[in-house]
Amino acid sequence: MSRAVSALEGASHKGFVEVAEAGLVGMITLRGDLSSAKMKAAVKAATGTAIPAPRRIVTEGDRAAAWMSPDELLILVPYAEAPATVAALDAALAGEHHLAADVSDARAVFRVRGAKADEALMKLCPVDFATLEAGEIRRTRAAQVAAAFWRSAGDEFTLVSFRSVAGYVMGLLEVSSRTGSELFPA
Amino acid sequence: MSTRLPKGGRLIDRTKPLSFSFNGKRMQGFEGDTLASALLGQNQMMVGRSFKYHRPRGLIASGAEEPNGLVGLGQGGRFEPNQRLTTTELFEGAVTASQNHWPSLDFDLGAINDRFARFLPGGFYYKTFMFPRFAWKHVFEPFIRQSAGLGRVPQARDEDRYEYAYAFADLVIVGGGIAGLAAALAAGRQGKRVWLIEQSAHWGGRAVVDGVQIEGLEASDWVKETVETLEGMENVTLRTRTMASGLYDHGYLLMYERVADHRPGDGRPRHRLWRMRAGHVITATGAIERPLSFAGNDIPGVMLAGAVRDYVVNWAVSPGDRTVIVTNNDDAYRTALALLDAGLVVPAIIDARPAATGALPAEARARGLRVIEGYGIGHVKGSKRVTGVSLCVQAGEGAELETIACDAVAMSGGWSPVVHLWSHCGGKLIWDEAQAMFRPDAKRPATGADGAAMVTAVGSANGILNAHEVLADAHRAAGGKGTAPGAVCGEESPMLPVWIMPQGAGPALRMKMWLDPQNDVKVSDVQLAAREGYESVEHTKRYTTLGMATDQGKISNINGLAVLSDALNRGIPETGTTTFRPPYTPISMGAIAGEARGGIFQPLRKTPMHDWHETHGAHWEPVGQWRRPYCFLRHGEGIHDAVNREIRNTRNAVGLLDASTLGKILVKGPDAGRFLDMLYTNMMSTLPVGKCRYGLMCNENGFLSDDGVVVRLSEDSWLCHTTTGGAERIHGWMEDWLQCEWWDWKVYTANLTEEYAQVAIAGPNARKLLEKLGGMDVSKEAFPAMEWREGTLGGVRARIYRISFSGELSYEVAVPASEGRAFWDALLAAGEEFGVMPYGTEAMHIMRAEKGFIMIGDETDGTVIPQDLNLQWAISKKKDDYLGKRAQERSFMASPERWKLVGLESLDGGVIPDGAYAVAEGHNANGQRNTQGRVTSTYFSPTLGKGIAMGLVKHGPDRMGEVLDFPVDNGKVVKARIVDPVFYDKEGEKQNV
Amino acid sequence: MLILECPCCGVKAEETELTPGGEAHLKRCGPGSTDDEFDGYMFARANPRGVHFERWRHAYGCGKWFLAARCTATLEVFGTYPAQSKQPPAELQAKIKARRPGWEGWT
Repeated sequence: MSRAVSALEGASHKGFVEVAEAGLVGMITLRGDLSSAKMKAAVKAATGTAIPAPRRIVTEGDRAAAWMSPDELLILVPYAEAPATVAALDAALAGEHHLAADVSDARAVFRVRGAKADEALMKLCPVDFATLEAGEIRRTRAAQVAAAFWRSAGDEFTLVSFRSVAGYVMGLLEVSSRTGSELFPA
Repeated sequence: MSTRLPKGGRLIDRTKPLSFSFNGKRMQGFEGDTLASALLGQNQMMVGRSFKYHRPRGLIASGAEEPNGLVGLGQGGRFEPNQRLTTTELFEGAVTASQNHWPSLDFDLGAINDRFARFLPGGFYYKTFMFPRFAWKHVFEPFIRQSAGLGRVPQARDEDRYEYAYAFADLVIVGGGIAGLAAALAAGRQGKRVWLIEQSAHWGGRAVVDGVQIEGLEASDWVKETVETLEGMENVTLRTRTMASGLYDHGYLLMYERVADHRPGDGRPRHRLWRMRAGHVITATGAIERPLSFAGNDIPGVMLAGAVRDYVVNWAVSPGDRTVIVTNNDDAYRTALALLDAGLVVPAIIDARPAATGALPAEARARGLRVIEGYGIGHVKGSKRVTGVSLCVQAGEGAELETIACDAVAMSGGWSPVVHLWSHCGGKLIWDEAQAMFRPDAKRPATGADGAAMVTAVGSANGILNAHEVLADAHRAAGGKGTAPGAVCGEESPMLPVWIMPQGAGPALRMKMWLDPQNDVKVSDVQLAAREGYESVEHTKRYTTLGMATDQGKISNINGLAVLSDALNRGIPETGTTTFRPPYTPISMGAIAGEARGGIFQPLRKTPMHDWHETHGAHWEPVGQWRRPYCFLRHGEGIHDAVNREIRNTRNAVGLLDASTLGKILVKGPDAGRFLDMLYTNMMSTLPVGKCRYGLMCNENGFLSDDGVVVRLSEDSWLCHTTTGGAERIHGWMEDWLQCEWWDWKVYTANLTEEYAQVAIAGPNARKLLEKLGGMDVSKEAFPAMEWREGTLGGVRARIYRISFSGELSYEVAVPASEGRAFWDALLAAGEEFGVMPYGTEAMHIMRAEKGFIMIGDETDGTVIPQDLNLQWAISKKKDDYLGKRAQERSFMASPERWKLVGLESLDGGVIPDGAYAVAEGHNANGQRNTQGRVTSTYFSPTLGKGIAMGLVKHGPDRMGEVLDFPVDNGKVVKARIVDPVFYDKEGEKQNV
Repeated sequence: MLILECPCCGVKAEETELTPGGEAHLKRCGPGSTDDEFDGYMFARANPRGVHFERWRHAYGCGKWFLAARCTATLEVFGTYPAQSKQPPAELQAKIKARRPGWEGWT
């Protein structure tokens, strides 16, 4: 039995939106030629999805593939499956220049839930939420640290940061979502 | 006296009285009051004293331009000095105190400065400091320090919170007067994403006070209707209490929202700083009225005419029972009429123009008011309050022709458009001769990223003072379709520029004509500056302090530069304005800091074992944004004792170091070996799979930049360890070269620093500990030094590197970060029988120093090359090139005169102070002792029982055994001998087991 | 505060999401170069008032380096383009020439 724990062990806060650490998520940095046939097959096998378009995340059940840069994807799978998925990707891409690395333990994942979830993030990220497109993953900063987020449900954003700053990010989200500090009160 | 009128006041709600205090005195106002209107309503005209002469100061204005009405507001954690009365909304229980006086506002000892005013002219700072020399230290500085500073510094921690918010819009319209509303209406109807912001709590600006009719409605009704229409548009966002603080490059607009100033402590953030990106900005910021310069124009009771009107109409407070109007334009007549409407007395309208012939003067005359043409005020009578004015001919020198008793003076010298935002990012101004104002030059706007105009000024901010034309201008600028809303407002006849009153006033009068009442700058001061050779308006500003007060000269600048231009006998446009800089009005430090305070002041990076360290006595050391345990303090133990204990335990039993912070960068690809050969000074392509090698990285200037162990993971992949502080930097450095120089090389990198928790297990019992955990063969035979193995250790996926920075038998184990804490706990539990004990960074530093290993940041400082540290063994001779190689070939880099690494031992066994310099014979050109070396790291070694150090010394390696002098504090000299830098276990027997 | 569109991911990034990297199109001088050549590569930087080519990294984003052409006096941005360019693209040069007729051109 794994003794793995996420950085904040699922801590949560409730303000005008609810913020919660989502626990461990399997994540793989996959770099390579995103247009190659082998890559398409490898990603399909790992996540059941196609290669996402630039700045998009495509989801299939509890798996997803997110476009991170022109030569990099982030593969999301259940935590326990990450090592095997890395091995499978390496096998599928054998002979082709690529890099697949398990980064599940280097990240913290947060869910920001509620009708005004975007207002909590608008205080932290220099991003125009009105122009955020459907299925778009946005890499940016949250206050002073790197972050990436996407709209994972109608009124829910998923935000990913580095593990070492999970406490800082939770602090940011808690302060930003305090009741009464809505940016556009009804 | 000033008083609350029995009826009227469009902004106050008389059914909601609010109590507050001023200098301890309980007072009452109404909801909708500002602190200023509430104080006036309680006959508190005098609200402070001036900065330099401590003269009594009363309210002059009704808005952001107010120079005098500054108070300390609040108590304890909510106290803040210099709060502007005119822009602070009254709230229940407000505690206010006036500033800049001692012992009290009414009786102030500092007012003696006023008697010595002629010894404190413009530029007195600069003059007095010159002579005599002793006087600065013993007389002037103590005096100035005691009197300097406005208000009191808050002592308690700020109880409020603040935040940022990022926003984006096609168009931001600044100013919620009729111009801003008309522009918003026009732009909103086109479907643009529009923000309309207003600094006060109310929409409508001046037009609602001036009795303008718009589209057949009273202005206030049109405003109400328009706001409702705008609120119904989904694409329009309306914000009151939001001030555009500054406009910066590419449409970056800082907007300061005072969310809860009017309801302190209600749980909301007090201020919010909107970091807006605007496609375009329309400034509908209106205009500010100018005072007139006549003697005694600073006496409480002398106010701007527009402000007097505001107080009467908006808040139903009268500044005085008998108010004399003095003006050079028609607009001030509106004040006279408003006072009449309120049942107050206007003894006379003194109009500096030879003839007042417009419709407004005609109406005033028709209502029985006395209009005195061609006259001015000679001087104002009174000290803490106006008691009357003497009249003179404007064209003359000030001979008194008549005296009128009054308790208030409403003055108007014309209007200055608020061009701050227009100017912040480079918009230029032109001088409008007819209206005597600088207004935006539409041909020379600030430009944005696309090179096109980024800002448009409309309405009064654009120099248009007629309401009908204001609406047309705003509608047109916002791209409005159809006809603009029309207004009926009455024609005004031309104004007459009047810069001093009377125009021939002599020195005695000019010494009493205030330009800047907060900083006490007078007409005579500016004229003196001109006589003393100050021609640049910027220099004159600094010399006289004109416009340097907290209001930044909103009412004083134009008058001041007109006086300067006159004194220099040149035109106002040739003199020009001072630079308009953000913020428009002061914004709180809290808003600037945003959410960054307390626990989230800055990111704190934590390893998976951080919490264990925290609860086990960690004495923290910041390393970049990480916190690493410097040592672990046990009960009653000092830092030095703890470090020594940790070292002895590691050398004799086994120690654990949390090394998770070390950078770990995966480099993979067919060209990875070739790439690393360029990056490191030594050869990495030849490193066999399964092995580790210590490597050095230099920058292109040849200087040592980072070091660490490189691991060959597979045929085409390497793992590069970096220093704790170097991980992100080195990863970025790698990507820079791969993306920008060798982009055809097939190499990928990934920064895996945080994926792994890493623990160094060092000491004679290290192997026993790992063997007890079990799962991997760590024997000497199966696992030699400088190799790595992968497997499962104690049930955890692990990669073990057999590397040592302590000189002990040592393994560094990397496990998934999520299991780091569990692994750490397992090590402690299993190691108990072997005497396991964690150690901190200081123990690590000392142990590596005992072994003569260099430390990036100690032995290196950005000017040290590997050759200086005798690291030639780590520099490949076979390679044609590596980053830094060419730089190291320069003559001064190859010079034998460079200081080189040696060990140092003080003769008395003590610790040499860090950074101490070794002196050489003779002195340099500056008369300082010549030097021949310096200490780079120095410690007490508990292993050896004495001080040890490393340093860089000229010809050092050739001078073993020589003794150097290190002068330290108090004239003492530490003598130290040059020795081999490897102090402990020179043969490396301890780790080779 | 600038906004530059990252040509690698298309995000219009604000300056706080970027890190600057100095002058673009430098030619590296390694071993074999003269002292003067190396000195020029290492230290001599253009500092024009007007058209300038620079390196930027979309650090809080896709992590890629890119190049930007901008006017240092007005901060007008003429365009951004991939870091893997030996010189500014021809159409960008033409655009700059049109906007700044006095520009001496790419050398």
